[in-house]
Amino acid sequence: MNVVYLDNNATTSVAPEVLEAMMPFLTQRYGNPSSMHSFGGSVARDVAKAREKLAGLLGVSPQEIIFTSGGTESDSTAILSALATMPERREIVTTRVEHPAVLNLCKNLARFKGYTVNWLSVDKEGLLDMNEVRSRITDRTAVVSVMWANNETGVLFPVEEIADIAYEKGALMHTDAVQAVGKIPMNLSSTNIDFLALSGHKLHAPKGVGALFIKKGTRFSPFIIGGHQESNRRGSTENVPGIVGLGEAARLALENIQEENDRVRRLRDRLESGLLASIPAARVNGSRRHRLPNTTNTGFEFVEGEAILLRMDDKGICASSGSACTSGSLEPSHVLRAMGVPFTAVHGSIRFSLSRYNTDEEITYVVEELPKIIMFLRSLSPFGRENLSSVCIAQ
Amino acid sequence: MWEYSDKVKEHFFSPKNVGALDDANAVGEVGSLACGDALKLFLKIDPDTERILDARFQTFGCGSAIASSSALTEMIKGKTVDEALKITNQDIADFLGGLPKEKMHCSVMGRDAFHAAVAGYRGEPAPKEHLEGELVCECFGVTDDQIRRVVRENNISTLEEVTNYTKAGGGCGLCHEKIMSIIAEVRGQLAQETPEKVRVRRPMTNIQKIAKIQEVMEKEIRPMLQQDGGDVELVDLEGNRVLVALRGICTSCPSAGLTKSGIESKLKELVEPDLVVEEVAG
Repeated sequence: MNVVYLDNNATTSVAPEVLEAMMPFLTQRYGNPSSMHSFGGSVARDVAKAREKLAGLLGVSPQEIIFTSGGTESDSTAILSALATMPERREIVTTRVEHPAVLNLCKNLARFKGYTVNWLSVDKEGLLDMNEVRSRITDRTAVVSVMWANNETGVLFPVEEIADIAYEKGALMHTDAVQAVGKIPMNLSSTNIDFLALSGHKLHAPKGVGALFIKKGTRFSPFIIGGHQESNRRGSTENVPGIVGLGEAARLALENIQEENDRVRRLRDRLESGLLASIPAARVNGSRRHRLPNTTNTGFEFVEGEAILLRMDDKGICASSGSACTSGSLEPSHVLRAMGVPFTAVHGSIRFSLSRYNTDEEITYVVEELPKIIMFLRSLSPFGRENLSSVCIAQ
Repeated sequence: MWEYSDKVKEHFFSPKNVGALDDANAVGEVGSLACGDALKLFLKIDPDTERILDARFQTFGCGSAIASSSALTEMIKGKTVDEALKITNQDIADFLGGLPKEKMHCSVMGRDAFHAAVAGYRGEPAPKEHLEGELVCECFGVTDDQIRRVVRENNISTLEEVTNYTKAGGGCGLCHEKIMSIIAEVRGQLAQETPEKVRVRRPMTNIQKIAKIQEVMEKEIRPMLQQDGGDVELVDLEGNRVLVALRGICTSCPSAGLTKSGIESKLKELVEPDLVVEEVAG
C-alpha cells in the first residue's frame, strides 16, 4: 500500500538531492575537517559551504551559525547561555504552548535552579496577547523564549515584534523556529532576535543535525565544552554528512519557499475545507490567518484521536493526534488545552502537516477516506447523537 | 506506537455487538468525554433465568477501549449474570491476548460498566465507588475505593500500575503520595489474609483453556519445534487431556516422547498445573 505521509511536523523525508550531497562524506571523504592533511582539511570547505547555504536561508552571516545535534540541543544551548551571561537577571518569559524542548527546560530551571518563569497565555485561537507580553518582559528578564511556529497547530507568533520589546528591556530573545525555518521567508539580520534554533529533519535533512543562530555581538556561553570546533562555541567533531545535508536542505528550502507558500498552502486548504465540508461537528484548532502554510489541526467531536489514527493507518495515511491516548501520558495536548479547546474536540484532534512532496491525488484520497472513518467511529460513540444529523450515524 | 495484539486489532477494526439495544433492560455507563473514554453497555437479561440474552455497546475511546468493549460483550453473552459478574478486568485483557500495560484501564472500564448495568437491573444502588469514598485523583475523578479494588484484584504494587489501571495519578501528580499510601495499606491487608485465599484462581472455562493453550502453543512451543523442522497441532481438549498431533520431523523423531513431556511441562507451567498431553494420530 502506498503511504500518504501527512506528518511532516513530526519528521520529513530526506530529499534525494540531500542524500546525494551527503553520500561522499559517508563513503570516500571521511576525513576530519580539523586535520592538517588535505584529505581531511578539504572537508572543512564543504562544512563552510553548508554554513553559507544555511545562512542564506536565514538571512544572516555564516559566522552567526553553529551546527548542533538538533532542535533540543539548540534550545538548551540558547537559553542556558542567556542565563549564564546575564547572572544578575533571574527571570524567563516564555509561552504555555512551547515544545517540550523549551517547556520542560524552563520548568526544570524554575524547580531546581530557582529562576522565575513568566508563562504567557494564549487565546482560543492560540494567539498571544501583546499587552501581556509587554507587561511580562521587564528589566529582570534574562531571556524571552517564544516559538516562531507552533508544532501542533502551525500558529505563528510575532517573534520579531517580541524581540523588539525584549531589546528595549535589555533582555535576550530566543526563538524555537524548528517548525518555521524553510516554510516562511526569514531575514534575521534585520531583527532583534539573538538566538534561533532549528532542526535538520524537519526540512528534509536527516535526523541528528540542527543549528543555532547566535546574533553577532551576543555574549555566549557554550553548552558542550570540548575541542575548538565551531569557533570554540561547541566541542565535538563535526557531524560532516549531517551538516552537508542540512546545507543542501537549506538551499532547497530557499529555492522552494514560494512553492511552499503557494502549492502546499493550496493543498492544505483543500484538505481542510474538504474535511470541514463533508464532516459535521468538525473545527479547525488555531488561527487560520496567522498560520504555517503546511499545517492544519482539525478537531472531530465525539470521537477519539487514537482510534482515528489507527483506522487512518490501516488506509496508509500518516498524521498525529493531540489525544491523550496516543502519548504515553494520560493528558491531552497541553497546546490545545492552553487554547481552551473543549474536551469534546480535544480528544479527537488530528494534525495534518504537509510537505512539497505531497500531491493533489493524495489529498483527494484523504478527503474521501477520512469522512468514512469519522462516521464509523461516531456510529460507535455514545456521544453527540443529538448534535449530529442521522445521516452520519447510519453506516 | 502501541503494540496491539491481533485480537485487539480484530475487535477494533470489526467490533462485535455495536450500537444501542432498544429492548435493553439493563444499561451501564462509565467514563466521560472529558476523561477521553466512555462506555455505555446495553443488556437484555432473561428475568426468569438471569441469562444475558444480548449485549451491545457504544464506546468513545481509543483502539483498546473499543476492543475491550467488543470483547466484553462477546464474553458475557449467554452467561448468567452471576457467572458474568466473576469476569475481572484481567479476564478481558486475557481474552484480547493481552493489552499494553498503559491501556489496562480500558479493561477496567469494561468490567465497571457491566457491574453498573447489573446494579441498575437488580435495583441496587449503582456501585458507589465513584460517589462515595474519598476523591484521590482530581484530574480523572478516581476515589480511594476504586484504587483499593484494582490494587487488590490485580495484585498491584506500584504507582505506575495504579495509573495504568485507573488513570489515577496520570495528570498533575499531586495525589501520588496518597496513592502510594493506599497501595501500602492494601498490600499490608493482603499479606495478612491467608495466602490461599488471595492466590486461588477461578477455574478456567473450556473455551478460555483452549484459547490459552493455543496461545502458549503459538508463542512458546511451535517456534521451538519449528526451529528443528518439527511442528505440533492442537487436536482437541477433553477435560484436562490435551490431545495433540506431532508434525514434520517430530513424527519420526526418536525423542518424540521427550517432546511430548516438554510440551506438557510448558502447558502446566503457563496454563494449568493439571493438564496432561496425549499424542493422537492427526
